[in-house]
Amino acid sequence: MTALVPLVVLVPLLGAALTLVAGRRPQPQRVIAIGALVIELVIGIVLLIHVDQVEPLVMEVGGWQAPFGIVLVVDRLAALMIVVSAIVLLAVLVFSVGQGLADGDEETPVSIYNPTYLILTTGVMIAFIAGDLFNLYVGFEILLVSSYVLITLGGTESRIRAGVTYVVVSLLSSLLFLASIAMIYGALGTVTIAQIAQRIGEIPVDVQILLHVMLLVAFGIKAAVFPLSFWLPDSYPTAPAPVTAAFAGLLTKIGVYAIIRVETVIFPGPELNPALMVLALLTMVVGALGAVAQADIKRILSFTLVSHIGYMILGVALGTVEGTAAAIFYIVHHIVVQTTLFLAAGLIEREAGSTSITRIGGLLASAPLVAALFFIPALNLGGIPPFSGFLGKLGLFQAAAQQGDALAYALIGAGALVSLLTLYALVRVWNLAFWRSADAVEGDESRLLRSVEEAPLNTSTVSGARTTPRLMTLSTAGMVAVGLALTVFAGPVYGVASRAGENLDGPGAYIQLVFPGSSEGAELE
Amino acid sequence: MTVSLVLVIVMSAMYACAVYLLLERSLTRVLLGFLLAGNATNLLILIMVGEAGVAPIFDESIEASEYTDPLPQALILTAIVITFAVSSFLLALIYRSWRLANADDVSDDADDLALRGGAVLIAAEETLPESSTTDFPLEGEESR
Repeated sequence: MTALVPLVVLVPLLGAALTLVAGRRPQPQRVIAIGALVIELVIGIVLLIHVDQVEPLVMEVGGWQAPFGIVLVVDRLAALMIVVSAIVLLAVLVFSVGQGLADGDEETPVSIYNPTYLILTTGVMIAFIAGDLFNLYVGFEILLVSSYVLITLGGTESRIRAGVTYVVVSLLSSLLFLASIAMIYGALGTVTIAQIAQRIGEIPVDVQILLHVMLLVAFGIKAAVFPLSFWLPDSYPTAPAPVTAAFAGLLTKIGVYAIIRVETVIFPGPELNPALMVLALLTMVVGALGAVAQADIKRILSFTLVSHIGYMILGVALGTVEGTAAAIFYIVHHIVVQTTLFLAAGLIEREAGSTSITRIGGLLASAPLVAALFFIPALNLGGIPPFSGFLGKLGLFQAAAQQGDALAYALIGAGALVSLLTLYALVRVWNLAFWRSADAVEGDESRLLRSVEEAPLNTSTVSGARTTPRLMTLSTAGMVAVGLALTVFAGPVYGVASRAGENLDGPGAYIQLVFPGSSEGAELE
Repeated sequence: MTVSLVLVIVMSAMYACAVYLLLERSLTRVLLGFLLAGNATNLLILIMVGEAGVAPIFDESIEASEYTDPLPQALILTAIVITFAVSSFLLALIYRSWRLANADDVSDDADDLALRGGAVLIAAEETLPESSTTDFPLEGEESR
C-alpha cells in the first residue's frame, strides 16, 4: 500500500508533463488533465479507506531511514484532505474546461492553464503528505508559484495589479517560513517533524515560543488569519472564476492544515491557545463585517472566506481532541461549500454579465437553475440546519462549551453572530440579484444597498450575458451534490474527522508512526 | 553553538535594507528588497551550521565532529533555485505592469478607495509616475 503514497504526488506531476507535451492541442490536454485528477481521486479514496480501517502509511523516500531521509506520512487527516482536494480540483477543472470550450479560449490560454493547474495540484499534495518541514516548504513553493501564474492569467491590468499584492505577500510569508525552518534547525538540528516533536522539550521555553510564533505568522498569512488577511479580498476576486474557486476552497485551508500540524504535533503546549482564540474571534468578526460592506459577489465571498477561517482557528485553538476533530470537519465542509459558491458566482457572472449586486437583478426568473445552485450552498455556509455548515458549527460550539471559560463562551457568541452576518450578506445577494426584477435595477434605492460602497469604475461592468455551457452548470451542480452528501453522510465523515483528531492528541501517535518502537514517543504520550 | 559575528552582522544589514526596500512603492525596488531578504535568509541558514569545519567528504582519519554540517547547504541550494525562479516571474510581472499602466508601482485597490472615501469618484487616470519613484525611463525622457 505504501506504493500509493508517492503516486499522490507523481500522478499530477506526470500529468503536467504530458499536458506540456500535448502543447497546443487542447483536446488531448483536457483528457490528460481530467484523467490525472480522476486517478488522483481514486488513489485518495483508496488511501483514505486503508488509512482509516487498517493503518496509517509512512513512506521513506529512496529507502533512507526517517531522520536522514525524507518521509512521506499519510495519516487520517492527510488522507481526508487529499480526497476532498481531489474532488474540488476535479470539479473546478471540469468547470474551466466548460468555460474554455464556450469562450474559444480567449480568456484562458489553455496551453498554460492545464499544466499549471496540475502542478498546483502537485504542490497541494506534497504539502499534505510532507513529513519534514523543508518538504512542506517546497510543497508550498510549488503551489504558490503555480498560483502566481494562475492568478495573473492573461495578464490584464486588474489581474496584474491584484497579482502583485498576492505575489509580494506570499513571498514574504515564504521567506518567514524559511527563516523559521533555519532557526528550528539551529535550535534542534533537524527538520523532520517527528524528530522536532521529540526534541522540542529540550530547549528553553522562550525559544520554543519564538519558533512557535514565527511558524504561526508564516502560516497565518497563508491561511488569511486576521490581521494577516488583508491581501485576500484584494487579490482573489479579479482572477478567472474557476481559479478563484480553487484558490478560495483550497489554498487558505492548506495554511490551516499546517497550523493544525504545528499546534498538535510540533508545539502541543497550551501557551499560545488564548492568543489564537482572540485571533479567531477577530478573524470571524472583521471578515463578516467586511462582507456586509461589499457590493461585488466575489468580494463578499472573499470576505466570508476570511471570516470562516476564524471558525477553524477556533477549533484548533481549543487544544482538545473534540476541538481538533470539529475543526477538521469544518475544513472539509468549508472547502466544498466555498468552492461551490465561487463556481456559482462564475455562473452568475455569465448569466448576468456582472457580479455586482448594484447592477444585476431578475436572475430567479431568467436562470432558475443558477438560483438553486447559489441558494443551497449559501444557506449551507450560513449554517442553516440541517446542512453540514450547521453540523460543523455545532461541533465547534460543543467543543468550546466543554472548555467552559469566559473566552470560549465569547467565541461561541461571536460564532453565532458571524453566521447571522454571513447569512445577511448572502441573503442580500439573493434579494437583489435573484428576487429583484431586472427592470427595477436602474435607479433602485433599496435600503439593502445603503451600507454598500464600491468603486465607480469597477472592472466588472456589465458585459452582456453569455450562454452558459452545460458542463459549467453540471460541475457546479456536482459540487452542490457533494455538499449535500456531506450533510447526509455527516456521520461517517465526522467519524473520520474524530478519529483523525484522536490521532492528533499530542505528538505521541505521530512520532510512533515515523519512528516505530521509539520509547520517547511512548513517554510523550 | 558558535557562530561567526561577521555573518550575523551582514545578515542583519541585509534584512534591514530588504525591509526598507520592500516598503517602497516602486516594484523594481520591491524586487530588489525580495532578493536581499532571500539572500539574508540563505545566510541565516548558513549561520545555523555553527562553526565551520572541513568539507564533508568522508575520510576515516577525520572525527565526525570536525566536518561542516552539509544539510543546511543543501537547503540553501534549494532555496536559491526557488528564489531565482520567483524573481524571474516577478520581473515579468513588473515588465507587464509597466507595459500596461506605464507604472511600476503598487497601486491602490479601487474598491478600497471607494470604501474609504465614501463613494467619492476616483477617476482611473492614466498617470505617468514621478521620475523620483520609478526606475524605468519615462516617456520622452529617453530622447533627452
